[in-house]
Amino acid sequence: MIKRLANVFVPGQPLTRKLSFIDLFIIVAIIVALGVLVETAIYAPSVYRGPKVSLSPKMLPFYAVLSITRMFLAYVLSIIFTLIYGRAAATTKIGQRLLLPILDILQSVPLLSFLPLVLLSLSVLLPQTLALEISSIILIFTSQAWNLTFSWYQSLTTLPSDLKDTSAMFGFTTRQRFLHLEMSFAAVGLIWNSIMSWAGGWFFLMAAEMFTVGDKDFRLPGLGSYLREAASSNNYQALVWGLFTVILIIVLLDQLIWRPLLTWADKFKLSMIEEDPLNSWFLRMLQGSTILRVILNKCRKIYDRFSDKFLLRERGETKWAIEQVKVSSVVSLFWKVLVVLLVAVILWGLARAYILLAMVKLQVWIKLLMGLLCSFLRVFLALVLALMWTLPVGILIGTNRKWAAWLQPIVQIAASVPATALFPVLLVFVLNFPMGTDIAAVLLMMMGTQWYLLFNIIAGASTIPQDMKYQSRLLQLGKWKNFRSLTLPALGPYIITGAITASGGAWNASIVAEYTEFGGKTLSTKGIGAMIAQATAMGDYPELLSATLMLVLCVISINRFVWRRLYEHCEQRYHIE
Amino acid sequence: MESQETLLHVRQITKRYRMREKAFVALKNVDFNVVDHEFLALVGPSGCGKSTLLRLITGLEKPSSGEIVYRGELVRGVNPKTTVVFQTFALFPWLTVQQNVELALEARGIPKKIRTLRSVELLDMVGLDGFETAFPRELSGGMRQKVGFARALAVEPELLCLDEPFSTLDILSAETLRSELHELWVSKRLPIRAIILVTHNIEEAAMLADRIVVMDKEPGRVIADIPIELSFPRSRKSPDFLAAVDRVYATLAGHTQQRQAAPTEPGAQGRAKMLPIISIDVLIGLMQRMGDAPEVGADIYRLATELNIPADEMLHLTEAAELLGLAEIRQGDIVLTPLGDTFAEASMLVKKEIFSRRVRRLPMFKWLWDMFSQTEHKKLEWEDIRMALEEDLPPDEAQKQLDAAVEWGRYAELLSYDDNTGVIFLEKFNAAL
Repeated sequence: MIKRLANVFVPGQPLTRKLSFIDLFIIVAIIVALGVLVETAIYAPSVYRGPKVSLSPKMLPFYAVLSITRMFLAYVLSIIFTLIYGRAAATTKIGQRLLLPILDILQSVPLLSFLPLVLLSLSVLLPQTLALEISSIILIFTSQAWNLTFSWYQSLTTLPSDLKDTSAMFGFTTRQRFLHLEMSFAAVGLIWNSIMSWAGGWFFLMAAEMFTVGDKDFRLPGLGSYLREAASSNNYQALVWGLFTVILIIVLLDQLIWRPLLTWADKFKLSMIEEDPLNSWFLRMLQGSTILRVILNKCRKIYDRFSDKFLLRERGETKWAIEQVKVSSVVSLFWKVLVVLLVAVILWGLARAYILLAMVKLQVWIKLLMGLLCSFLRVFLALVLALMWTLPVGILIGTNRKWAAWLQPIVQIAASVPATALFPVLLVFVLNFPMGTDIAAVLLMMMGTQWYLLFNIIAGASTIPQDMKYQSRLLQLGKWKNFRSLTLPALGPYIITGAITASGGAWNASIVAEYTEFGGKTLSTKGIGAMIAQATAMGDYPELLSATLMLVLCVISINRFVWRRLYEHCEQRYHIE
Repeated sequence: MESQETLLHVRQITKRYRMREKAFVALKNVDFNVVDHEFLALVGPSGCGKSTLLRLITGLEKPSSGEIVYRGELVRGVNPKTTVVFQTFALFPWLTVQQNVELALEARGIPKKIRTLRSVELLDMVGLDGFETAFPRELSGGMRQKVGFARALAVEPELLCLDEPFSTLDILSAETLRSELHELWVSKRLPIRAIILVTHNIEEAAMLADRIVVMDKEPGRVIADIPIELSFPRSRKSPDFLAAVDRVYATLAGHTQQRQAAPTEPGAQGRAKMLPIISIDVLIGLMQRMGDAPEVGADIYRLATELNIPADEMLHLTEAAELLGLAEIRQGDIVLTPLGDTFAEASMLVKKEIFSRRVRRLPMFKWLWDMFSQTEHKKLEWEDIRMALEEDLPPDEAQKQLDAAVEWGRYAELLSYDDNTGVIFLEKFNAAL
């Protein structure tokens, strides 16, 4: 299990790449995107009423179905995006130079901060319920797609060269190549990343189903809004029911979908060595079923007949010669028109963004800067606190089989509960303390992010070679010395990989945590997330734009100038072969 | 003369690879033919481009210049009349043995029913009946390669290309597979019209092939074309066989000698200052071994077999020994020089001393000394030296050469290197020169 986790996290996630012209391009693109969104959002009415969310537990199955459907649609969208974008990034020149850096940045930007803008601008264009549904799906999509795309991209670029040669040598058709080479090779990574994506999706779903600021009450019936409503009206019974449902669904999905899938996908591992296999009771049950076997065999026969009749006709069309396909003039004209249009949109967006930004006064900029600093301190605190408990526990699980067997299942269930679902519960308890909102915000950030750290540390600790452990025992290094000279350096790159993902999550959490409507009151604390929410409430679009922009740029720079440098340093110094 | 029809023309093939700004020549003006019913072997040290040549012949890659003509037609793109058996087996680990074979048939547009029949038949022929539903990871290396052969034969190739197919197998499995291949070939049960075998095992080539094309590296080129006119079955012990093997070794070793006769003054360009890439421990072991039992040492080929050292590694070792003045090579034999004898018997410290004295004379180290003498504190950045080397060598070769130079220099206690700072220091170089 631990080894498998390690496989997901290791792929040198932060791309080591120099600052370039592309980065400028991406920043301009973000400004333009925000400008266009704000431009549309200006026409949004200032008052919204959402539908009522019933707190009767009888409604929970219905709400659960709604929420899962949203997640599923977003996931399908993510997969489609992944297959197309990932291939374009892996196989084209523009892909390597442009698409990949864009993906890299999209992955690190706190996209939850786009929620108000997407909500407002979509509700201008579409009827309110539809706009809400679509924006929730888009947001969930943004939490699911990037890591999947990265995984697919990485698989496509690291296809074993001998298998690639074989496919070319025997003249595989596109379909054969896709199914038996690319998809098979990518399967394990895609499934692991799907699991991560769903976890991220729950986090966003809970936030996207209910977004209430001032007179704008955006809500969709679903598990997220149910929990929020329950907490807001102090209905503990409903709260417990809601949480129970969320956990039940997550456990069921794990047992009935992910675990069987992972077990089944074991055969797609490249290693030629037999390992102790995964186990899934549900898969065993499925495989034991006679009816299912008959159905599957039937399906296979139909597929074979279909393939003989139709698919094998591809054969005649696949050319043996690897000839350069000439781009037809129509296509090249299409590209030219597209580029011109794109440039026009960029220029217009930049102009509008500039006009809006020019309206923001200096004091407001200073206020936003202070807010950013407050949020930054909270993110930092959350990371430090999370590190304080995950470091010892992670090392314990990663280096000690007994503890691993014991703690792993607990950790996994705990990690699967979306922090945003727990947030309303948290508020009920913490608000009575002084500085309650601040404590709640830091706690939410921690809850959402500590798992990334923990899993990375476990993965790192389990890669420390046994012989090095023996060696340090032979040298009779003290506990502290051992920790400093062996464990910590070995964990370095893993901690940083974890911290990058974790801080991304923490920034997202700051949007949810710093400003909430609770029990009819508005709770807010100083921070950039709160400022974004307030600007949305007041309909202050210039401020909304500048706050979002500032947050995005700040996170990008921290990633670029702090995390990436640290990672490169650690990777160079402390790499264990 | 039906049987003498030329199947494949390889005409003046040159292959260049571009690495950043520099071009690296993998093959230069390679030219030979393969006639009908011929079993051809390509041998040569690693890096001589024999595998690249195979990729060009099958059409997996395009030559930079020159042409590959198959039965009168220019090869553009993958040639469907050829297949390759890969060194790594290249089986799809997620498919069963039978599915692996069927996949190749499916690509040729053969319907399911016939696919199943043919694949079972072929697996039967290579002796894998009963293993149809096994996954490759459940099989031994030898059995995996049998699947590789079955898959290659499934598409009924005319020209079968073998890319070191036995080199990752254990000795006995390799032997079994070799004789089975030979049987299939001479029985003419298959529509195969010619075989090209790429190998660095010279004995293997001499056992199977009608003709051996010998290649050398930098740049990859053909240096000899040796027909092996021995009847089958061939015996490893027969004097004729041994003579043939010796001839190939002599050709390869002769070329190493020539290479090193190139100008050796400091600052000489390119190849002149190259170090053979070897492990110093193995070199010392070899010298001691030869010193202990001079009578077995003579024949390089026998020495390689006896010590179980791959042919190309052995060539590097002899080249290093000769470069250091520890041994001489004469027509496939290696003989210790008096210095080599002393070295073999010496204590560790004396060995280091001898090594260090000889190393100082090598062009690479003279060149390094020049570089150091231009600095103030007798230290240089690793990166700077690498960049300087890249003026003469392709980047990965420069890296390897510098690695080797640092290893030799460290052993000779001439250099020391700090991995943290990437700085190379001069130890006592100046005292010597």
